[in-house]
Amino acid sequence: MTKRMRFLKILCILSVVPGIYASTASADERYRPVQNERVLGECGECHMAFQPQMLPKRSWERLMGGLGDHFGEDASIDPKTQKKIHEFLTANAADSSWFGGRFMRGLDSNSAPLRITETPHWIREHNEEVPESAWNRPNVSSKANCPACHRRAHLGDYDDD
Amino acid sequence: MTFRIPKCSTFIAAIMMAGCLVPVMALAGTASSPQKEILTRYAAETGGIAALSAERGREFFMARPASGKSETPSCTSCHTNSPFKAGQTRAGKTIAPMALSKTSDRYANPKKIEKWFRRNCKSVLGRICSAREKGDFILFMTSQ
Ligand code: HEC
Ligand code: HEC
Ligand code: HEC
Repeated sequence: MTKRMRFLKILCILSVVPGIYASTASADERYRPVQNERVLGECGECHMAFQPQMLPKRSWERLMGGLGDHFGEDASIDPKTQKKIHEFLTANAADSSWFGGRFMRGLDSNSAPLRITETPHWIREHNEEVPESAWNRPNVSSKANCPACHRRAHLGDYDDD
Repeated sequence: MTFRIPKCSTFIAAIMMAGCLVPVMALAGTASSPQKEILTRYAAETGGIAALSAERGREFFMARPASGKSETPSCTSCHTNSPFKAGQTRAGKTIAPMALSKTSDRYANPKKIEKWFRRNCKSVLGRICSAREKGDFILFMTSQ
């Protein structure tokens, strides 16, 4: 191997590493792992604590206003905790930054879905790539059971499968 | 907003009465634990520890009242009909077994217990549970 080739090889490796790093860093940026103890404790008992970047503010407001009948269950919490969680969710919502999150794509400006699984972005990502049979696997049992298919969902990483 | 502090005065009264009962239990030579303290609280509202029944607690757990929401006809629909088995929420998340011998940190935090009785009783029975039902249930699960 000539000196010149070795130099090119090293240059090549050096340029790939930051590329990989940048791509994982931006994935983390998209859906940050939930670290807020209140949210983990109050919204992570019946399902994973969903990342707030997956719904717009108006959705979180609707959802937090109706915890007494939350998809057929009573998920109510004390008013002080509720207020703190509300603040956290809306401050980190899909439309909380100026560039807009992926989950804003295709969403009507006046629609406020209560489910991540009913947003156009989620539907698009799953209709194309997930075979019907995957939803019927016994360990899945619900579309909202993200960790059944995305083992690193709690880290905000949905790219692994 | 749907949250209400349930029966605040009853609760305070219960704590005060429990305070009186603790020395009695200590006299009787009972080792204290968070679970015992909680049982004592519920018992104080309903005629003392002797008035609670683990067998009634078992029946309560296994019953299928179906008087609450259709998605949750019974306690066992999430907790399974065995206290020793892991259960599952409707969204597919695993729930640790209810028996104290299987899940050692259960029934230790009064706030947690009250929160889940409030929710689950409303979902399954369509009403709040009485202190006696709660006491029976915990007596049963802590003996398992
Ligand atoms: C008592 C149990 C319980 C608690 C506590 C709870 N949830 Fe839920 N949640 C559910 C159930 C049941 C569903 C519906 C699951 C299904 O359809 O499979 C659900 C669904 C959701 C969904 C929609 C998931 C989808 O399909 O995209 C969101 C968003 C959500 N919950 C947010 C929250 C937030 C925020 C909190 C905390 C304030 C919370 N949940 C606390 C039981 C709970
Ligand atoms: C039955 C399995 C299954 C369930 C349940 C599931 N997903 Fe997925 N998801 C997939 C598959 C397969 C893909 C496409 C493959 C990929 O890109 O990783 C995907 C893709 C995605 C993507 C796009 C990944 C990317 O490249 O950025 C996101 C985001 C996502 N899922 C979020 C969720 C969320 C949030 C939930 C729960 C509300 C969920 N998924 C539930 C299987 C599932
Ligand atoms: C919809 C699902 C569901 C149903 C139905 C349900 N539970 Fe639960 N229960 C849960 C979840 C989720 C938790 C919290 C997670 C945990 O403690 O592991 C819980 C926790 C509890 C706790 C707190 C335990 C502790 O460690 O302090 C008690 C007590 C309890 N349930 C009693 C009941 C009783 C009694 C019934 C029937 C009247 C019932 N549950 C029905 C899902 C359910």
